[in-house]
Amino acid sequence: MEKVKYYPGCTIKTTAQHFEISAIAVLGKLGIELDELKRWTCCGTVYSLTSDDIIHQLAPVRNLLRVKEEGGSEVVTLCSMCYNTLKRANLLVKKDIEKKDKIKDFMYKEIVKYDGEVKVIHLLELLKRIGFDRLKEQTKISLSGLKIATYYGCMLLRPEEAAIDDIEEPTIFEDVINLTGAETVKFPYKNECCGSYQTLRRPDIVIERTRTIVNSARNAGADLIALSCPLCAYNLEAKQEDVAEKYFGFKKMPIVYFTQLLALAFGYDESGTRFDLNIVSPTEKMEEKGFLVKGKV
Amino acid sequence: MKSLTKRLDKESKKLYTIKCFFYSERSTIVGKIETKDIRNAETTKVITLSLENQYSCYQCGKCSAGCPSAPFMDLLPNQVMRLLQFGNVKRILETNTPFACCSCFVCSSRCPKGIDVAAIMESLRQVSLRAKKDDFELKDVNPEELEKAPPILLVGTFRKLTS
Repeated sequence: MEKVKYYPGCTIKTTAQHFEISAIAVLGKLGIELDELKRWTCCGTVYSLTSDDIIHQLAPVRNLLRVKEEGGSEVVTLCSMCYNTLKRANLLVKKDIEKKDKIKDFMYKEIVKYDGEVKVIHLLELLKRIGFDRLKEQTKISLSGLKIATYYGCMLLRPEEAAIDDIEEPTIFEDVINLTGAETVKFPYKNECCGSYQTLRRPDIVIERTRTIVNSARNAGADLIALSCPLCAYNLEAKQEDVAEKYFGFKKMPIVYFTQLLALAFGYDESGTRFDLNIVSPTEKMEEKGFLVKGKV
Repeated sequence: MKSLTKRLDKESKKLYTIKCFFYSERSTIVGKIETKDIRNAETTKVITLSLENQYSCYQCGKCSAGCPSAPFMDLLPNQVMRLLQFGNVKRILETNTPFACCSCFVCSSRCPKGIDVAAIMESLRQVSLRAKKDDFELKDVNPEELEKAPPILLVGTFRKLTS
């Protein structure tokens, strides 16, 4: 089995466990093992944008240094926010020699020195590299009849230096989902922000964004939304309750990680998909479409 | 018809000569226009923090058009840029705009002049936060929601909205 270095991040281990479980299951069938780093810390979640704030670049750079320490040349992330932070911190180390030296001075006790050698990739990029043919081979159950809205969010696409695909009209997510036989819908909010970290301070922003995004997906004919960011997932799932309270007649829509859909298509049962951990359960929709047997958990 | 165009030609020529005369005379009389430097310590701070040049903004409004938080902002992003050009950081920090920003980078990626507007917003936040004005306190949040919230949400909120 091919091994790939893997940086999980804090949310994958707490509220997005189903993302990790399903990703490991999917990659297992493709002959790839996620080799989790022995030592890792939080990446800092958001990339620091001010020029004098170098101390906040240490956390992502230190994580990349751990990858180098363990002999890896690239690292895979599942979480979109971790991906963006690690990738941009890596680019900073590569491009800005002055700041790189300062960061090195901060980490003078580390034996291994880091110069930006590690490549940061997202799971979608890894799947593309494995080859869509191999993914297609593994598909046991065709998800035909299911209409899916692929929600990219911000962190996979912006800014341009960290983008995994075209910045305004990306297709990589649709390409992966289409392999399962499911149909992807075209909806205008697929790369628009969900409100991000404003959930606690300004819930009104996130409630409006959630309503707009979910309604847009529904109007395009989607049965559920697939995504890859745990923060988007929390905002879009948990805030639907508040939207339903505020707007009469709002219907909830299940939000799933794209790996859960792949796991379902690869023939895994509940142990691989873990639909029970989703806040808005997609089980009912799946039973209606005939992909899950009713009553069997 | 021909006579009409001829007449118009004549008249426009007249106008043209009058204009030329007017400008040439004026330029000799008025001389140099006085200028005043409107930059101040606060704008210099924003420039050094963001390493962006707000003076290259020509007010196309693409940042405000794409901004997901625009309906909730007192000042639109392009208005913030204009005020920055005039050196009025104080007026910007009286509004909620820098703290309503979600850092989604739509403005930065669509700016035709290549200005990283999100970095300018972050710099404005930092100017306010470094004066010890936190925008967020944990005690305001419903404890039930705190329990459910993913770690990235908490870390992100603290990183962006507190000093």
